[in-house]
Amino acid sequence: MATSLVTTTATAVPGTPVPSTAAGRSRTALPLTLGIIGVLLLAAASMFVGVSDVTLPKLIAGDTNAWDILLISRVPRTIAVILAGMALAVAGLIMQQMARNRFVEPSMVGTVESAMLGILAVTIFLPATPVLGKMGVAAVAALVGTWIFLTIISRLPTRNTLLVPLVGIMLGGVISAITTFFAYRYDLLQTLNTWMIGDFSGVLRGRYELLWIVAALTLIGYLAADRFTVAGMGADFTTNLGLNYRTIMRLGMSIVALITAVVVVTVGAIPFLGLVVPNLVSLIFGDNLRKAVPWTAVFGAGIVLVCDIISRTIRYPYEVPVSMVMGVIGASFFLVMLIRQRAKNRL
Amino acid sequence: MPNPARALDSPTSIISRRGLSPVAVTAILGVLAVTAVTVFLTLGLEGNISYILPRRITRVSAMVLVAIAVAVSTILFQTVTANRILTPSIMGFDALYILLQTVVVFLFGASTWLTTDPSLRFVLEIVLMVTFSVALYRWMFTGATASLHLMLLVGIVLGTLFRGFASLLQRLMDPSEYIVLQDLFFASFNLVDPMLVWISAGIVALCCAIAWRMRHTLDVMALGRSHAINLGINHHRVVMGVLVLCSLLVSVSTALVGPVTFFGLLVASLAYQMCRTFSHTWLLIITSLLGVITLVGGQLVLEHVFGFSTALSIVIEFVGGILFLTLLLKGSLR
Amino acid sequence: MIRVDQARKSFGTLVAVNDVTVDIPAGGVTSIIGPNGSGKTTLLSLISRLAPMDSGTISVSGLDVTATASRDLAKKMAILRQENHLTMRLSVRDLVGFGRFPHSQGRLTSVDREHIDRALEQLDLTPMAEKFVDELSGGQRQRAFIAMVLAQDTDYLLLDEPLNNLDMKHSVETMKLIRRMADEFGKTVVVVVHDINFASCYSDRILAMRDGELMCQGTPADIMTPDVLRTIYDIDIRIETIGDQRIGVYFT
Repeated sequence: MATSLVTTTATAVPGTPVPSTAAGRSRTALPLTLGIIGVLLLAAASMFVGVSDVTLPKLIAGDTNAWDILLISRVPRTIAVILAGMALAVAGLIMQQMARNRFVEPSMVGTVESAMLGILAVTIFLPATPVLGKMGVAAVAALVGTWIFLTIISRLPTRNTLLVPLVGIMLGGVISAITTFFAYRYDLLQTLNTWMIGDFSGVLRGRYELLWIVAALTLIGYLAADRFTVAGMGADFTTNLGLNYRTIMRLGMSIVALITAVVVVTVGAIPFLGLVVPNLVSLIFGDNLRKAVPWTAVFGAGIVLVCDIISRTIRYPYEVPVSMVMGVIGASFFLVMLIRQRAKNRL
Repeated sequence: MPNPARALDSPTSIISRRGLSPVAVTAILGVLAVTAVTVFLTLGLEGNISYILPRRITRVSAMVLVAIAVAVSTILFQTVTANRILTPSIMGFDALYILLQTVVVFLFGASTWLTTDPSLRFVLEIVLMVTFSVALYRWMFTGATASLHLMLLVGIVLGTLFRGFASLLQRLMDPSEYIVLQDLFFASFNLVDPMLVWISAGIVALCCAIAWRMRHTLDVMALGRSHAINLGINHHRVVMGVLVLCSLLVSVSTALVGPVTFFGLLVASLAYQMCRTFSHTWLLIITSLLGVITLVGGQLVLEHVFGFSTALSIVIEFVGGILFLTLLLKGSLR
Repeated sequence: MIRVDQARKSFGTLVAVNDVTVDIPAGGVTSIIGPNGSGKTTLLSLISRLAPMDSGTISVSGLDVTATASRDLAKKMAILRQENHLTMRLSVRDLVGFGRFPHSQGRLTSVDREHIDRALEQLDLTPMAEKFVDELSGGQRQRAFIAMVLAQDTDYLLLDEPLNNLDMKHSVETMKLIRRMADEFGKTVVVVVHDINFASCYSDRILAMRDGELMCQGTPADIMTPDVLRTIYDIDIRIETIGDQRIGVYFT
């Protein structure tokens, strides 16, 4: 098994056969194309949902007002949704591989909370810092938070599946309490909410472009995906395969931290996405990481698109933050996962 | 011949191998609690005393009630689940209360709901709360023993779900109704309705009386399910009874101050450390006193030393969160 | 007498106890043996009302275990399970004192204290009565729990693998104690044991279970034969008679 890991460099879990033949590739390619078409259809639908009247006839008629709204608001918003969805889902997958645990994702292990603490610190001490600078500080903070989490769980004597997310959630809670305290102290609770509650309603042309950074990060994540799986098996295992454990872990943590920081700064946190999508993908397609990454991206984009459309229509003409819709869906999904786990352990 | 005077709950010496005796701990904590309350009532008391004092009394009564409600519910809950890390708040009880309140306002509209008599409203909310919490949580404690970590995680996620659902519903409401509801939830100690304090006092007193009568049974329950059944306890009935008591007490504390997740865990853990006895006779008293000291004393210190007024809950979340993590990690090392 | 009539218990698709009918007469030591997952522990849980039955009836000394008040049953029979994890810090004496709960409901009388002292004495726990249970070694802790069910002073005593975690010396002592319970105090002891040789040497009757069913029952002489043991365990076990004890040799 170990040798197959090295030679094919494409497997998630030992024991899963890797379809590396041309036939295997074409079999996976067709559904994936359909998935991408599905996302594009959702994206198209997203263009036409909103308070202002943007319809196909108007666009064809050359209504400048409709075109303006489409190009300034709807298109950027849809792109932002797709980018954030893909990136967060892939970040969740990488996180799960590194922690070797299906029940974690960046918003459940202190990464997101640390990013917020970082942004808050910049806002308090250097309020004039440009967005890119805030993002950098947030990324460094997120990195530190993720590192603390991974360090704690590596010290756990037994890799108890459920203990890992518990520790993560609590670590996040503690960091969050520090953030809330200072936000309260400096009267920044309102500002804090804009990062805490993910919302695409503020996305306009010129105010979301930083999100393209995460597209690049997602790609890197895809290319290095199988390495994270290997690293998740432990330092000894990784070294045995001739890979550098520390380098891989650093790369993984950096990708996760950067994606988190960029998304939190531009649109705010979207909870549970990184948990739901990889699990959904593995439920449907099994545990083949090479196959899983593109699907994770597709599902991530698709689910956030659906949630965003719901959040725009559920209380029309008002909008509900997308993170609240995702929060309810994600928490319900997580509960189902846990109850299935319980049923499994019974026997 | 061993000392026959050593009954289950009557330690005789003040200082034994177990440290301070429960009597001594209770006495010291009692003095501290009374001092905290007195200082709270009298510190900087000047000007229109007949106006300020009644307000302060209402405020401090609410705090004492919350302290006792949280302390007693936490001990009861931890005893029937035979562990020291689960608490009603961690399992999402107070989030459930907030969700139910939101659902009611959502369904009936804030105007209708708020024009009903506040006492009637409170009672209705409590009935709802008891019904739902028993229906929701009974599977966790009566059936086959699920793993502790699973229960914790399910509880935390349930809490997240309830909170998320409540905030979603709040967004779906008319903005004016939303504001009304927000006022309902964030009735901090500063603006407590005296009527609510009276009703709460009644409920807390009743629950405490029942818990007190059950104290010997509770000692046995803490041994775990099979020992309790072996010793002739109707385990199922006691668990259901405690579940009802806990939801009553959580309703009271959440209605008075809103949710504070780790307060119960904090005072109960402190109590277990200080009170070197398993006996609920002492545990219930000592935890309640610790609750009063933490809440009233903590508020005093924050207000007068640091100059904050409502940050206590944040501090408790921070300290409690760290404590929880420690307990979790320590437990896994065993 | 313990009467088990058509008792059945399943967990999902797994039938743990499959319509078992057996009478365990009063007095003496009855051992339940069988491979892992044969339903021994589940049967004991059904008798002791720790787990609800799917169907069937069980009575202990004429009391139907599903219908009789738990408190009354607690004065008739005591059960000790294998895993005994305590969340609280208790002294040995306090733990043993809990055995008196069915009689005193938490308010100890002088009669209760006599029972406690006697139980401590019988298990050699008097010197460590004031120690905390979590400070004891595995064997001492096991004895403390046995002392607790002893203090309960019941006619029937059900023990689920009491030899778990015990070394040889303490295993032998525990089995001897179980023998004394039956011989000197006239108790009816039902004990689940893994080691067939302990069952052979210390019991009056053996019940052998497999796949949720009662395969056979009888005296140690009836059960300790290569043929019977093969049907239970699927391995060949040679029986040697040493003194007047039958010992199964299954190591080679």
